[in-house]
Order: sequence, then structure tokens, then C-alpha cells
Amino acid sequence: MSAATAQVPSRATPRATSRGATQVLFDAPGPKGRRRILLLSVVSAVVILGVLAAGLWTFAENGELDPDKWVVYLRADYLAFLGHGLLGTLKVTAVAAVVAFPAGLLLALARMSRLSVLSRASTVWIEFFRGIPMLLVVYAFLLALPAYGVTFPRFWMLVIPMILVSAASTAEVFRAGIKAVDVGQHEAAAAIGLGRRHALVHVILPQAVRLVLPSLILALVTLLKDSTLGYVVSYNELQFQGKTMVSITRYLVQTYLVVSLIYIVINFLLTRVALALDARMKARASAG
Amino acid sequence: MQPIVENIPLLAQGIAYTVALTLLGYGLALVVGTALAVCRVSPVPPLRWAATVYVEIFRNIPLLSLLILIAFGLPDVGLRLPYFWCGVLGLTLSSAAFVCENVRSGINTVPVGHAEAARSIGLGFFGTLRHVVLPQAFRSMIQPLVNVFIGTVIGSALCSAIAVSEVTWVTQTLNIQYAQAVLMFLVAGAVYLGMSLGGAALGGMIERAVSPGGRGSGPSRSTGALDVTAGAQA
Repeated sequence: MSAATAQVPSRATPRATSRGATQVLFDAPGPKGRRRILLLSVVSAVVILGVLAAGLWTFAENGELDPDKWVVYLRADYLAFLGHGLLGTLKVTAVAAVVAFPAGLLLALARMSRLSVLSRASTVWIEFFRGIPMLLVVYAFLLALPAYGVTFPRFWMLVIPMILVSAASTAEVFRAGIKAVDVGQHEAAAAIGLGRRHALVHVILPQAVRLVLPSLILALVTLLKDSTLGYVVSYNELQFQGKTMVSITRYLVQTYLVVSLIYIVINFLLTRVALALDARMKARASAG
Repeated sequence: MQPIVENIPLLAQGIAYTVALTLLGYGLALVVGTALAVCRVSPVPPLRWAATVYVEIFRNIPLLSLLILIAFGLPDVGLRLPYFWCGVLGLTLSSAAFVCENVRSGINTVPVGHAEAARSIGLGFFGTLRHVVLPQAFRSMIQPLVNVFIGTVIGSALCSAIAVSEVTWVTQTLNIQYAQAVLMFLVAGAVYLGMSLGGAALGGMIERAVSPGGRGSGPSRSTGALDVTAGAQA
């Protein structure tokens, strides 16, 4: 047996299934295979570095690597300007999440309700807002409603569409979570004399909320991404703040790269937390 | 109805742009994403690292930020693309990251024994993937890939922010012109819902066709809501 397969725990252990087939797609290479992999590594590394170098070259050719255009992002006032935008982004995301997640839970419960009117109405609502782009909802608040004399502050023109869209998608998350709670838990709750509502509140939901935690963190990532539509409604979040900065400094590529990098770092960390939480829960579930 | 009748060519063009953005972006993303997934499971370390870095960048960058960078940033470094192709490029780059992660986790659903069996009959890395692992993985990838398609449909709307005259842009322009908001939202909403539902229906059909025994309704797309492996597509 080769070294590569030896690293994979035997299939009887629960971890083997979570590791999956990617671990055994190739043998531990022999001398010939190692030479070939080394050759491929060198070739691919050269190609990748070549592409990156070509990218940097075009940047330099067009004067975009000029240090003067980059060091400004270390200046306190520039940082404060973008920091103000980041604060706006976080505020928008937090408010939207605080409203959208409970609303999503309510929508999920409505969809699973025995009242067919309520269930059907919430199904239509959820599928509608999951199926259309948030930009369309933003435009409804930005362009359509003012025509009927209904106007909102810019903050809410961004946050309300975020809530509507996010509540619909988290409703499906909660529904999947409630469904994922073991049937035995329902039976046990019924056996100790709990009614449907009490069983839901005291037995099912506490477990469901734990199950959906990783997905809710990803919903937070989606909200952060959606908050960039502040660019469209002119609310002072990070992306729009970047736009303002570009119109002042004219350092377009640099500003938008810095702004994108901030989003990438935050979302990367959040996604990491979600994946780690998910892996821990799966490991615990399969351990018994 | 009058604004619609008068502007049928414009609306048809907007719908055509949305369909073209989605199909081109998604089609290219399937190719790029699968290639990335193969890189991520390959024995060549630089390819694995590069694909991993790619995925972490493009699944975490907001699509709008990416589109703005491509559409307004690339000309500053001497690369001029028509806005439509900027949209296609942005959608491809972003969706490919999610395709890659879904293909990879699809590969993980294939039992280890199958890959071991393929290797033991002498198939190499590509042979194992091509003849044994990917065909089986494909089945469990259909629903997640349908979700990526819906993400691409919804993402294509953001191209209106970089001046691609797709259906969101067209309906909002007409909206300002005619102040017929409800009508225009119905048109745009119908296009997006039609494409999402159509994609989901097609995915269901493919899934039924490839499932063993030819029946067994596949999991609805809601059951995947707890799957976090691919990250969050906006």
C-alpha cells in the first residue's frame, strides 16, 4: 500500500467519508512520477509567475505601479476616508442581518405552517425574492416608489432591499435546518406531552438554530456583498466611498483594488469561520 | 401595455443581452471551474496553490466590485474591452470559483473505494477522474450547479451598473421615461424568474435522466441550503 492511501483512515472510521475521493486520485509517486510532478511543478510555476509578471508589466507600462499612487493608502486621512466607508458597510450589514434573520425564521415557520393560505403566500414571497436580483428591488426603492411620492432615506433604500432578499434566502436555510432535526426529537417531544408549538420552541428550534449557524454566517457574507449596491443608491458604504475617492484622487485602479481587497479579507475570514464550524459539527455528528 | 408595445425591439435586445450574459458567463465558468477543480485535486503543488488562491479571491470578492474593477480598471492598464465582454468576464471569473468548489465537493461524495478500484486497474490521475470519479460525481453536482446558474442569472443584473443594456437597465430606463414602474418590474421580474425556474427545471430533468434507475426525484434546491462547502454566492 502506498503512502498516499496510508494517510487515509480506513473507511470504517467516520472521517474517511468526509475526506472523500480527492485523497486517492493518485498513487504516492515513484521516482519517475516524482520527476514528472517536479517537471510539471516547475513548468506550471513558471507559467503562473509569467502571467503574474505580465500583469504587473502592463500595470507598470501604464504607470499604475507608480509608488505615489499607492503610498497614499497609508496616509491617515485616506485610511479614515475608507474606514468611514467600511463603518457604513458594517452598519448596513449588521442592521440588515438583525432584521432579516428573525424575519427569515418567521417566513420559514409560515411556509411550514398548517394553514395552507399562510403557507402558500409565504412560499410565493420567498421564491419571488430568491429569484429576482436585489438590484431590481433597489431600483424599486430608488426609482419606482418616489414616483408615487414614497421616499426613504438612502440608508433604508439600501437596507430594505437587503432585508427583503436576505430574509427570503435565510427562510430556506431555516426550513432546511428545521427539517434536518432528527424525527426522533419530534417524537420524544410528543412523548413527554409537549404540543406542536411547545415542541417547536423548546426542542426543535434550539437544535435547528445550531444546525444553521454556518449557513447564517455565509448569509452574512452575502449581505456584505449585497451592501456594495450602496454604489447604486449613493449610500456611504465602502464601495461608494471608493467611487467618491476615485472622483477626487483619480487613482481608479488603486482605490478599487484596495476596496476589493478589504471585502475579500473580511469575507475570507467569515467563510473560514463558517467552514470550520461546519466541519466541527459534522465531525461531532459522525462521532456519535 | 403601450410602453411595452412601443419598445419591443429595445426590450427584446435587453432580454437577449441578459440571456447572452448568463449563458456565456455560466458556460465559460463551467469549463474554467472544472479545470480549476482538477488543478485543486492534482498532485502538482503550484497548480493546487494557484487554484486555491483563485477560489479564495473570486468567491469572496463582491461581484459588483469585480465588475467595476474589470470595466473601469482594465482600460487604465491598457486593456479595452466592450462593456458586454467585461460583464461576461466578471460573471465567468466569479461563477468559476463556485463551480470549482462544487465540483470538488462532488468529487468528495464519490466513495473512496471507487477511486482505489480505478487506480488498482491501472488508471492514472486523469483516467480515474475522467472514467470513474467525475461521471459519478456529476450526479451529486447537478443541484449545486443549478444554484450557481441561478446565481449567474441574478448576477447578470449587476452588469447594468457597468452600462450593459441588459433587461434591468432597459426596464429602468423605460421606467424613468414612462413612469410605468409596476409594468416594467413585472417584465424584468418575469425574465429573471423564468430563467431561474427554467434552469432549475432543466437541472431536475438532467438529474432524473442520470440517476440510477432513471427515477427518484432529486433533492429540491432548498435541501442544499445547509451546504456551506462552496461559500456564499451573491
